[in-house]
Amino acid sequence: MSTSPQTLTSKDVAKVGLLSRLALSEADLERMTGELSKIVGFVSMLGELDTADVAPLAHPLDTQNVFRDDVPVASLSTPEALQSAPRHDGSCFLVPAVLGDSGAA
Amino acid sequence: MQPLEMSAVDLVAALRQGDITAVESATVFLDRIEATNGSINAFLAVDREGALARAADIDARRKAGKPVGPLAGLPVALKDVLCTSDMPTTCASKMLEGFRPPYDADVVARLRRADAVFLGKTNMDEFAMGGSNENSAFGPVRNPWDLSRTPGGSSGGSAACVAGDMAPVAIGSDTGGSIRQPAGLCGITGLKPTYGRVSRRGLIAFASSLDQIGPMARSAADCALIMETIAGHDPGDSTSLAVDVPRYTDLLDKPLAGVRIGRVPEHFAAGLDPEVAKGVEEAFAVLMAAGATVHDVQLPHAKYGIPTYYLVAPCEASSNLARYDGAHYGHRCKDPGQRTAGHTGGFESPLVEMYCRSRAEGFGPEVKRRIMLGTYALSAGYYEAYYAKALRVRRLIRQDYLDAFQTVDLIGGPVSATPAFKLGEKTDDPLAMYLVDLYTVGTNLAGVGGISFPCGFTKSGLPIGFQLQAPPLAEPLLLQAADRFQRLTDWHRRRPQAVGVVKT
Repeated sequence: MSTSPQTLTSKDVAKVGLLSRLALSEADLERMTGELSKIVGFVSMLGELDTADVAPLAHPLDTQNVFRDDVPVASLSTPEALQSAPRHDGSCFLVPAVLGDSGAA
Repeated sequence: MQPLEMSAVDLVAALRQGDITAVESATVFLDRIEATNGSINAFLAVDREGALARAADIDARRKAGKPVGPLAGLPVALKDVLCTSDMPTTCASKMLEGFRPPYDADVVARLRRADAVFLGKTNMDEFAMGGSNENSAFGPVRNPWDLSRTPGGSSGGSAACVAGDMAPVAIGSDTGGSIRQPAGLCGITGLKPTYGRVSRRGLIAFASSLDQIGPMARSAADCALIMETIAGHDPGDSTSLAVDVPRYTDLLDKPLAGVRIGRVPEHFAAGLDPEVAKGVEEAFAVLMAAGATVHDVQLPHAKYGIPTYYLVAPCEASSNLARYDGAHYGHRCKDPGQRTAGHTGGFESPLVEMYCRSRAEGFGPEVKRRIMLGTYALSAGYYEAYYAKALRVRRLIRQDYLDAFQTVDLIGGPVSATPAFKLGEKTDDPLAMYLVDLYTVGTNLAGVGGISFPCGFTKSGLPIGFQLQAPPLAEPLLLQAADRFQRLTDWHRRRPQAVGVVKT
């Protein structure tokens, strides 16, 4: 069915895991490698079609960029924006260190 | 007639005439939910207190002669993908467990202004990814026609609650068939409007170029009623169409004489269940008896719909779901920044470790699969071969529809290849589950509208669904044809027996 079945290695999947910001256990990695290889092999059937002269269609509507009127409107208040934050100090979201080795909390 | 058995149109009229109060109506449905939700699991949250307070307010205003909205007192269930400022919104994901949106989705705000009464939030596949509702983090929904079977997905809770008389109307969302397929498997009517017809603001995004909100109810007439409230331009959604909303309910009662309906021969190829094929052929006969003509049409690239969809949707999802970072809202792992054993590879920083672990804990397997598939297809070296390729094929698929609609007004056919399948039947094979969307993804890729409604039952008593698709903004014709069909048949009036005797 597929013209160029693309088989993913566990190294590929580990890289995709990091790009996807998903921690993967060894078991996850093994399972995902098999499943993603199968799915990628299946979608590769699109390779059968010659689309050299077909422009990509990212969106079903032929709408142009839409701008609203340049007038200020109310946005979320700070308490509203923070209401579901896992950690905050009342004015900012709190997160672990942006720089440095993992482990240095 | 009891409210549980009334159409939304009739219930709104009974409320208007004072035959029943909004409190009485809400109470009947809330009690029904309480009695049956334990076995169906259609609702993730029920807002009894809020619904009754709202209903009492509507009754008081009506009694005092003050204005009330066009849906005043009508109970409505909302798929849990819609943001509600006064109810939790989880997308059936651990990632959003306990999340309270700071604002209402546009659709929710419109329904509130129309004085609908929200019963609660319905179960779904996590982040609307799935065709069986088994991807919910809070347990699968069971089909009211057979509790061992799936209601379909991803709007399985919305479909099952209408089929099980727990709500007269529910709102769903459809990215690749998620309104139409569960409507078909549960024996109800579901409309997926043209892309842009209903605002997506406050609809938690899965695949933004495909997602569309629509009504799920017992009849096309009820869907028409709801569309008059939820459709329309919203400056808060730049893809929302600035096109006037027709009075859908006034446009229903027109003959089908002269309406040309396309039939795609490939829809009847191997893989289509014989009982479903028979029901669909009989539906064509009913439409012909009503004056429509049926013509063979081709959708030459239809077989590429599934692979195209399973690139476009995961690519958009991988981007949309990047917002769940454990920082702004949603699940955060414990002890972030403490490197833990058992994970592969290193993390780039304590912050990245927090992202990776929070997301790994918060998302279920199917959501992870799609995020990773999309990330892979968008990554350097693969973008052109997968994502851009899929977008090129998407244009071919849309062109097929535009060409077909040069010769026919509607395209009819099955909504899914089989009736409701058993829970657990496809859960070990993601690809087999993807193929469930065969007849529905084209509508979304092309951005057109589609409706699904019951056209018969199998010998074992499972509903069979019929789908009509239409050119952009031809919702009046979709609703008119489905309504005409429902004036000539009574499939949509059948009720499942299973839940009638169920005790929680």
